[in-house]
Amino acid sequence: MMAALQENVQTATARATPAERRTRPSTGAWVQSVLLLVMALISLVPLIAIFVGTFQDGNEVIRRGVSFDVDLGSLSLDNYVLLFTDSGPYFRWFANTLLLTVGQVVGTLLVSSFVAYGFAMYEFRTKTLWFIMVLLVMTVPFEMLMLPLYVQVNDMGLADTYTVIALPFLASAVTIFFFRQYFLGIPKEILEAGRVDGVSEFGIFFRLVLPITRPAMAAMAILNGMLCWNNFLWPLLVLRSPEKFTLPIGLNTLLTPYGNNYELLIIGAFFSLIPVLILFLAFQRFFIEGITAGAVKG
Amino acid sequence: MKQLLYSKRLAPYLFILPFLVTLAVFWIVPLGRSFVMSTQEVLYGQATFIGLDNYERLWRDRIFWQALYNSLRYTVLTLVLLIPIPLALAALINSNIGSARIKAFFKASMFVPALTSVVVAGIVFRLIFAESDVAIMNQVADFLGFGPVRWLRGDATGLVALLAIALWRWTGVNTMYFLAGMQAIPTEYYEAASIDGASKVRQFIHITIPNIRPTIVYVVTISVYGGLSMFLESFMLYAGNNSPNNQGLTVVGYLYRKGIEENDLGFASAVGVVLLAVIMAINISYLVASGTFKKEAA
Repeated sequence: MMAALQENVQTATARATPAERRTRPSTGAWVQSVLLLVMALISLVPLIAIFVGTFQDGNEVIRRGVSFDVDLGSLSLDNYVLLFTDSGPYFRWFANTLLLTVGQVVGTLLVSSFVAYGFAMYEFRTKTLWFIMVLLVMTVPFEMLMLPLYVQVNDMGLADTYTVIALPFLASAVTIFFFRQYFLGIPKEILEAGRVDGVSEFGIFFRLVLPITRPAMAAMAILNGMLCWNNFLWPLLVLRSPEKFTLPIGLNTLLTPYGNNYELLIIGAFFSLIPVLILFLAFQRFFIEGITAGAVKG
Repeated sequence: MKQLLYSKRLAPYLFILPFLVTLAVFWIVPLGRSFVMSTQEVLYGQATFIGLDNYERLWRDRIFWQALYNSLRYTVLTLVLLIPIPLALAALINSNIGSARIKAFFKASMFVPALTSVVVAGIVFRLIFAESDVAIMNQVADFLGFGPVRWLRGDATGLVALLAIALWRWTGVNTMYFLAGMQAIPTEYYEAASIDGASKVRQFIHITIPNIRPTIVYVVTISVYGGLSMFLESFMLYAGNNSPNNQGLTVVGYLYRKGIEENDLGFASAVGVVLLAVIMAINISYLVASGTFKKEAA
């Protein structure tokens, strides 16, 4: 019995040794792991804090701030009950944001890939000039444009509509840039084959090329979806009617000094993150690809 | 019509047409008007030409200089923090020591802040930097042996809060940029250096940095734009465009105050034109330095 046990232990050790030798962490690796873990946790603190805040009394949280010192006895689900029974316009904001995001993303993907195809697949005289314009537009921050654009759309009578939130950004420079890179990698033989079969130039794009751009579509859908979901400054300027408010605009209205709706502010802010977080957990690769899309490679 | 759809000569222009229209209607016309308005006094829709008076007013405007100083200070400090720290983190992740699982967890957690809207980030950081002695930052201050601090009342401490938001949101993204650059460096370079007995630090300085120079230039450039056009972080942190002694007022914040809040469109346009000039100068020197013009022309 003893011997058998001992033999078991011995084989276990014998089996473990080569693997252990390969992966036994050095001191450097330990330091590195601890450092990375600590930084990761610090970076999660704000989100954990607001999550804990959703179980606390809103007025109390606003008064004291978020704290490591949590009174476990005072935690309750009251805010969740409030959110789902008596949250006033919250789910209207949620639905508005969803509608606007879906509409704007579909529009941006179609329009921007269309434009990018023109840049990637054809040679024409003024191409360089226009592409430089894409690069300039891509890098100029929206804040530069906000005032003149605001005056412009007011004059066009477009203020307070979802159209005006989306329309100036459907031909999105970053998205055009990303799709162009992707299209450059598609063999031109596909185009020739389509032409031989009598497909029009636009038919080639819609029927032959678009169906094979799924990975690029996914990355850009994620990037644009996140940007639309979080879009704040432009909607803040153009939206007037409370029934058209989106989540960021609505949440901002709750942050007034005279607010009496702080319960909704905390849980509402937290809840607005959930769709993006779920998508991130499911499609992390596309997020990183999409958000780092602007980096010019080589 | 049929000819139009099949013409290889016309097709590229039709493909890029949405971009050309966007450029004309939502960029060139508004920006052009912005130049015109900056030479006018615009009152109740009545515009009077006043030459360079707005610029002269701007030159003598103490608050404008303060806002410019605030923006520049913020930009420089974000560069000082958001280039070296992400570089070091990217090098840590890119090293062949340490646990892959911890690295993956680290990457995901550092990326999550970039998914949050500036509204939610602002709400959370207001609560983290709250004045009560149990708010997270005051607990940290207490642990370090000072405080409690009324963070958002003081100039320097308010700046700390703004920089904390920037660090929290962008460390992960910048790390991903640098990591992507580092992963493209052939491992042979490092192997050769190891054989020659070069230390890790020397390898980092002499192999890694020169090879990811384009990425560094890119990240610096977008950080400069982001820094100079910073507005919403301050707007959310101070729950509005007003902060004690304008300590959180940035150039874009001033543009917003004059143009949107006070409807002084002529003067605000002058602010915008000055900022646009600064940004475009940086933009064009970046495109020249990175060789983009040459590459696209070739």
